[in-house]
Amino acid sequence: MNVLLDNFPEFRDGFIGTVSITAVSSVIALVLGVIIAGFRVSPVPPLRFFGTAWVTLMRNTPLTLLFLIFFFVVPEILFPGMSPFVLGSLALGFYTSSFVCEAVRSGINTVPLGQAEAARSIGMTFSQTLSIVVLPQATRTVIPPLSSIFIALTKNSAIAGAFSVAELFGWQKLMSDKGYDIVPVFIWVALGYLVVTFTISGLFRLLERRMEVAR
Amino acid sequence: MSGVSVTKAAENAAPAGDDLVVLSDVNKHFGALHVLQDIDLTIARGEVVVVIGPSGSGKSTLCRTINRLETIDSGAISIDGKPLPQEGKELARLRADVGMVFQSFNLFAHKTVLENVMLGQTKVRKTDKKAAEEKARTLLDRVGVGVQADKYPAQLSGGQQQRVAIARALAMDPKVMLFDEPTSALDPEMINEVLEVMQQLARDGMTMIVVTHEMGFARSAANRVVFMADGKIVEEATPEQFFSNPRSDRAKDFLSKILHH
Ligand SMILES: Nc1ncnc2c1ncn2[C@@H]1O[C@H](COP(=O)(O)OP(=O)(O)OP(=O)(O)O)[C@@H](O)[C@H]1O
Ligand SMILES: [Mg+2]
Repeated sequence: MNVLLDNFPEFRDGFIGTVSITAVSSVIALVLGVIIAGFRVSPVPPLRFFGTAWVTLMRNTPLTLLFLIFFFVVPEILFPGMSPFVLGSLALGFYTSSFVCEAVRSGINTVPLGQAEAARSIGMTFSQTLSIVVLPQATRTVIPPLSSIFIALTKNSAIAGAFSVAELFGWQKLMSDKGYDIVPVFIWVALGYLVVTFTISGLFRLLERRMEVAR
Repeated sequence: MSGVSVTKAAENAAPAGDDLVVLSDVNKHFGALHVLQDIDLTIARGEVVVVIGPSGSGKSTLCRTINRLETIDSGAISIDGKPLPQEGKELARLRADVGMVFQSFNLFAHKTVLENVMLGQTKVRKTDKKAAEEKARTLLDRVGVGVQADKYPAQLSGGQQQRVAIARALAMDPKVMLFDEPTSALDPEMINEVLEVMQQLARDGMTMIVVTHEMGFARSAANRVVFMADGKIVEEATPEQFFSNPRSDRAKDFLSKILHH
């Protein structure tokens, strides 16, 4: 009896769950992280304040606590009836957005100030300056840290399993409850995560190489 | 409109009564440092003003306050009758009318030469691509870098980059052009190619504020020389007067230093 073959549908569902929550929260983290980074370098003080507060709050709260808040507080006061998958993706996406923001911001800081000044001098607005001139030049420095951030996100998605989101780590719990030997279960789970993380670092390496060719 | 070479300065042909850039009682601090002190300066339409002075006297800061890359602490600046607005859309619109050429070129490194000159037209003026490209190519030809259109800035010499930067600014049809030491980062053999473009621009009647130590340019193209020291305008005169017969001791001292190089 093989733990993987006997329980393949559940394993497959868990794997798909991990991939989905990783993908969805990555998108949330990326979009939000870039926007918040824009806030943090913006000339508007309230936006800067909001950006700083967001990063401080999200980055310094333990992820488990953030999950607890999202699963037990948010549905109570804000959006009742949200699915665990959505809540988990939001918690993970918000948390990771603070790291994305800081990576993007340090990338922005590597672009010489003269580039932004030249853009503003020809009449570009702040958001045009950022999106047309500064961010494209920051991308190259931002890609390597982003790779690590998204790998960390993948691994952090395991916490969602504890909150009844179907994902790989949850399969492990299911199997040990069924009385399977823990060692092969862990090996299969680890392999599942490796597939996802290797794919991410592969994609980013490809992206990095593509950028080097472009310039 | 403007005359050519020395004669222009001699007859001091600045068109009267049509003020384009007006700074009145402008003050600016960097912390404890009082970089601009009670600056009053008026530049008429079509006038070419050269700003000269020792390092640290506030020339760059003066230039940068005019398109509000630096804010001022007190006083007022207006361009074509309109006071400089607060940061935002309206300021962006006004900046499009003020061309700026930097010492270090600041061409967009990730865009080709052609794209550099098109970008402001398409994104700020909302000109369509085809018209923008046509104009960009015309301007690049005019400053003599037409054949480099598809290269990236890093593949060009400093002199070529600076001429592209001038074309980029001109593409916005600015009312006034600001130059902050446009030739001081260049190797000597490239200085003239940039100065010639600027001289042509002056002859075409462009209003220009030029921070430079190039006396040849000042003599041949400027209507007026403004001498700054320690954040103040110490002396204003025609180039002829200023270079041959400076009034203030600061100017005499400064000129003797740059002349003995
Ligand atoms: N962003 C800044 N923060 C603090 N001090 C500054 C800043 N920019 C300029 N300064 C100081 O203000 C003074 C005037 O600077 P500015 O660049 O306007 O001089 P300048 O006349 O252009 O000199 P240079 O000929 O060296 O270019 C200098 O003492 C400089 O150190
Ligand atoms: Mg300077």
